[in-house]
Amino acid sequence: MSGATELLAMRDVHVAYRTTEGTLPAVRGVDLVVREGEVVGVAGESGCGKSTLVSTVLRLQPKDAVVSGDVEVLGQDVQTISWGDLRVLRWASASIVFQGALHSLNPVQRVGRQIAEPILVHEPALPADQVQRRVVELLDQVGLSAARGRAYPHQLSGGQKQRVMIAMALACRPRLIVADEPTTALDVMVQAQILDLLRDLVRDLGVGLLLISHDLSVLADVCDRVLVMYAGRVVEAGTADQVFTDPLHPYSQALSGAFPRIGDPAARYAPAGLAGDPPDPRALPSGCSFSPRCPRAVDRCSEAEPPLVEVAPGRPVACIRVGEP
Amino acid sequence: MSSPEGGPLLEGALLEARGVQVEFVTRSGHAARALDGVDVSVRRGEVLAIVGESGSGKTTLARTLIGLQRPTTGEVLLEGRPLTYSTRGLRNLRSRVQMVLQDASASLNPRQTVYESVAEGIRLHKTVASDEQARNEAELVSAAMAEAGLRPPERLFLRYPHELSGGQKQRVLIAGALALRPELLLADEPVSSLDASIRGEILALLLKLRQELGMGVVVVTHDLGLAWNIADRIAVMYLGRVVECGTTEEVLTAPKHPYTRALLSVVPEIEELEPVVLTGEVPDPSRIPTGCRFHPRCPALADGSAERAGIADACRTAPLEILPATGLHRVACHLDRVLSAQPG
Repeated sequence: MSGATELLAMRDVHVAYRTTEGTLPAVRGVDLVVREGEVVGVAGESGCGKSTLVSTVLRLQPKDAVVSGDVEVLGQDVQTISWGDLRVLRWASASIVFQGALHSLNPVQRVGRQIAEPILVHEPALPADQVQRRVVELLDQVGLSAARGRAYPHQLSGGQKQRVMIAMALACRPRLIVADEPTTALDVMVQAQILDLLRDLVRDLGVGLLLISHDLSVLADVCDRVLVMYAGRVVEAGTADQVFTDPLHPYSQALSGAFPRIGDPAARYAPAGLAGDPPDPRALPSGCSFSPRCPRAVDRCSEAEPPLVEVAPGRPVACIRVGEP
Repeated sequence: MSSPEGGPLLEGALLEARGVQVEFVTRSGHAARALDGVDVSVRRGEVLAIVGESGSGKTTLARTLIGLQRPTTGEVLLEGRPLTYSTRGLRNLRSRVQMVLQDASASLNPRQTVYESVAEGIRLHKTVASDEQARNEAELVSAAMAEAGLRPPERLFLRYPHELSGGQKQRVLIAGALALRPELLLADEPVSSLDASIRGEILALLLKLRQELGMGVVVVTHDLGLAWNIADRIAVMYLGRVVECGTTEEVLTAPKHPYTRALLSVVPEIEELEPVVLTGEVPDPSRIPTGCRFHPRCPALADGSAERAGIADACRTAPLEILPATGLHRVACHLDRVLSAQPG
């Protein structure tokens, strides 16, 4: 896997929002690589910075965000390239399936036409019948019949709309796809269908996929590697299986425990939770930002932010108590 | 009979649906049957999970149980008496049964403080006049908020919804419901919009309220893990019918209906089951398939096991009876009937 091309390389990425009350650090030093044919997941709760991080991949972050560090898509520095180069890169090299996709389709335009739009923009010389053929091909790829292309969004179910969004993302044959909460708000069975579809696309097209979700169990199911974010930092990374079944950071442990194993007697009448809310980025706790909610916290934890240290090959964890009894 | 926690299950249903059908007429003039004959019952202090996908009718059932939707046929009974849909009848129902809606952010009035939101029900139902401890409104609001885990309540009184986290908003809604001392709480997807770490807390709260106040809970969800966490009994719905019901252990560890099995197999945490990803989606309720309503998507019919059991025709043409709400493990499936009739 490590020999495959790096489609996305993020190094020491920081993002801060300028607000009237000073700067608000949303992402604080994240390293992340997605290679060809690889599925990488980022897990974390609302406010952990995962959506902000994703927005930097195609320079879609809001104007008041200050980005530092390297964000490279296919070797191009996304944050500094010219506007023209960026336009080419969007859709054609990398595309995003946004969160809340179900509401981002144009309600008064047939979905086939919406799928065609990025193709028309990027390949204006392509004859109409070929564009149409590509749309049918894309619909087929995401498991929709050609006739569905004539439907308006309101005539489609949530799962079908999500398939349309994925078809749009594939329209210009990108090599990297970023999906931000692609299955949130979908039913379990439809979620399983969409995850199957994403898996098939990675296998058949060899694209790289960066998947963002608050649901660690979804990521565990699809990803090769998973990173867990808390308060703007990566606190743990590893293979999906390692992070889900053998999490080392107390926060990952809480996330993993939040989804009970059905049939596990210990989870009956015992929902696992974590007290408190994520910290306010304007007033991060001293030392480890998870320490106020951490069941294993000791005095030392509030002294300094724990560095992300490899406790085993490919297994970085930011917790000074890892390995302690 | 005893509950899985060891306490006795009280006899007699507090709230019950009997043969409930709810029909809507679509714009094209077709009748869509969102509920097509449903029997469910919930007892005091019991947690019942109604499980299903979008389009299964689970939310319509919850709305019917609280009188927001009148059944086309069948009836809803509160302590054995049919509901009357007069203002007084509904007021009586809602002082005893409260509902927490799906989306906490959308259910709170953005221009109302937390105090006003929680106090609204108390004023409507004149709870102050009937309070046994002669508490005033502020004391009742305070007590309900503390029970819902919003401590100290006074510090949150004057906050607006936008100043609260998702978990806090959900607690405010629960506090508003609790202030009326309901005997039963209906919660529609209480944690689906919340973060994983908050989810456990809200579920623990529902269990605590059952324990301490003897409150019954009906939770409507598509999340089987949630049901495993808190429910005593489960009713699995598909296209307007209950297709399997029983204790949580029975339904989730020994599922009999092919639909329940498929649902369980796609829960990411379950690795022992080979995932059965059903194709398509729940059909439109204006076109309920003949025979078993699940047959067009049924893996047992597709893989030939129904054929081998000699019931494939029955699956396609013979309707199934409505499952009675007896509390026993029951399944509406032709194949299961044949298999369970065979010895061994």
